[in-house]
Amino acid sequence: MTELTLVQAVNDGLKSIMREDPEVLVMGEDVGPKGGVFLATEGLTAEFGEERCFDTPLSEDGIVGVGIGLALNGMKPVCEIQFQDFIFPAFDQIVSEAAKMRYRSGGQYTVPMVIRTPYGGGIRGGLYHSQSGEAYFAHTPGLKVVVPSTPYDAKGLLIASILDPDPVLFLEPKAIYRSFRQEVPDGVYTVDLSKTRTVVEGDAAVVFCYGAMVPVCTTAAKRIQEERGVQVRVVDLRTLMPLDEDAVLEHVRACGRMVVVHEAPRFCGFGGELSALAAEHAIEHLEAPVKRVTGFDTPFPNTLENYYLPDARRVMDAINDVLDF
Amino acid sequence: MSDILRILDETGAKVGTVPRLKREVLLKMYGAMVRTRAFDDRCMKLQRTGKIGFSVPNKGVEATSVGAAAAIDAARDWVAPHYRDFAIMFYHGISTEGMFDNMFGNCDDGAVGRQMPVHFSFREPLRYLSISSPLGTQVPQAVGVAMAMRRRGEDGVVLTTFGDGSTSTLGFHSGMNFAGVYGSPVVFLCQNNQWAISCPSDKQTASEDYAIKGEAYGIPGVKVDGNDALAVYRAVSQAVKRARAGEGPTLIEAVTFRMGGHSTSDDPSRYVDKALFEAWEKRDPLIRFRAYLLAEGHLDEDGAAKIEQDAADEMMAAAKAAEAKRMPSLDTIFTDVFADLPPHLQRQQDACIEHYSSRGEGVDEKGEFPL
Repeated sequence: MTELTLVQAVNDGLKSIMREDPEVLVMGEDVGPKGGVFLATEGLTAEFGEERCFDTPLSEDGIVGVGIGLALNGMKPVCEIQFQDFIFPAFDQIVSEAAKMRYRSGGQYTVPMVIRTPYGGGIRGGLYHSQSGEAYFAHTPGLKVVVPSTPYDAKGLLIASILDPDPVLFLEPKAIYRSFRQEVPDGVYTVDLSKTRTVVEGDAAVVFCYGAMVPVCTTAAKRIQEERGVQVRVVDLRTLMPLDEDAVLEHVRACGRMVVVHEAPRFCGFGGELSALAAEHAIEHLEAPVKRVTGFDTPFPNTLENYYLPDARRVMDAINDVLDF
Repeated sequence: MSDILRILDETGAKVGTVPRLKREVLLKMYGAMVRTRAFDDRCMKLQRTGKIGFSVPNKGVEATSVGAAAAIDAARDWVAPHYRDFAIMFYHGISTEGMFDNMFGNCDDGAVGRQMPVHFSFREPLRYLSISSPLGTQVPQAVGVAMAMRRRGEDGVVLTTFGDGSTSTLGFHSGMNFAGVYGSPVVFLCQNNQWAISCPSDKQTASEDYAIKGEAYGIPGVKVDGNDALAVYRAVSQAVKRARAGEGPTLIEAVTFRMGGHSTSDDPSRYVDKALFEAWEKRDPLIRFRAYLLAEGHLDEDGAAKIEQDAADEMMAAAKAAEAKRMPSLDTIFTDVFADLPPHLQRQQDACIEHYSSRGEGVDEKGEFPL
């Protein structure tokens, strides 16, 4: 066991699996000697050589396209896209190619690859270093979308993603890359993809969240408990696709009131999917309308980012609304 | 303007040093060209009679495909193809019936009826990577496949093919750039058939030709007469040899001409001058190669006629066999999205099968279910 931050756990996860599996390769912009702009790949080139951790040209389409080729021919590439905001030149390779290869070839060709990318606000990154694009990708059949929120999960989910036979988009909440430490086991372990995690127990209402919104929602739940003496459940989804739908519905049925929180814009956001799921399958258990706390339907602002991002007070307002309905 | 490599002139007469190829290889090349054209003819008839929805004519480009095919080794090399290269498959013995299975989208289709016709996917006897409709996407993938070969200490080469239009795509640029930087064992074969659906080359690039584009990536560019099967063979062989020896990638521009529409849905008379078609009819790659084989005594008129008849018979039989097969079963809508069927897809599959079977649909003539 070692105390690690989330980004250190990503680094440790890469090192642990690379030591055991020679097919795992890391590629991307500045991932080599520099160790990545967030140091997620620090020390990999030194330990594993340029053959296994290498810098690429500044071309997201190339990084993912070449990564797909490596995966098609037996490797397990882990491609880093420096910021999720820069992923769009690779959208075609991800959506049209990686996600559809197994389907369109009847399983003759498969793409076991991971695309890691820091996402979300909280670093004063403005329009192009802050976005949360999970909905674009969760909407794509054939692509898994994973979002850790703790160091333990980051390492275990990352290794599970690398060992998964299908392409995985691994979204790392950069706002909490270094915000706290947690005991993380040494060596290789995995956390199941498609299993939610209950962060705070409670049954007065349930708050669904992921990534950097998990600590925000945890704070909100604790303050609600202090102020009102009721226990609100906080659930970290961890994997958006495939979503643990059964668990989500069990939480809704158990709590009867639900709030969904994400940084991404609201319209067609992941919260809409969760709301619809509850409406379709658990409406008889709902005692209040679903509340969504999200980013606004605007581009991501720089100076005013703290007003854009959901904070504990906005989450508390929503929880109070569903409790008081 | 790059010099153009040519070995046979338009009459099939030798104007360059002929590569040393055994008669059986020459006849295999010619046979693949003839079978490609017979496949075209059969598919056009199937499409016009409403039995298949779509096809992509290969008439005119067969020498480019077959010359490249003969230069690679199916045991160790891969092809990351575009959609107008059927002669590569015929040369390497990919199942004709398997190709028609794809045209009909039946239960034996490698793509399980999920893709449009001509989006082939084969692993045996040649790794012929699943074809995509978005253009140029296979180019960087070819580089990755090649890098994986070297990581394992293999000496394979990846042949990636694309049209002139695809040189405008992101994939062409990133694939060429990565291959140049990493010295990857890839052969980039640009089939310059002069038309990207209706757009001619001057709408595609201001470069003087396509071969010159290699220079900007630090990759040698070679221009070859794409209607001369022997010249294409020579160019691709040299590029494969370089790649295998660790000397890096090559860009080859094969200048040819699409002697028909982009697809069965296209009417080229709307944008191609009749005179241009007539001029290129005289440069037909099949006529040229046949004239060479006849002149060299590798083939006689009777032999040539038999090859054509056999090809027509082969296509008829394979098409009939494919047409008789049932469509993929209903559950195949849901399988192969992921390696395992996640619960949400399981539920959707159950609901879909229930919906159609309760109405007597999705059940085959024997009442077996699901169809």
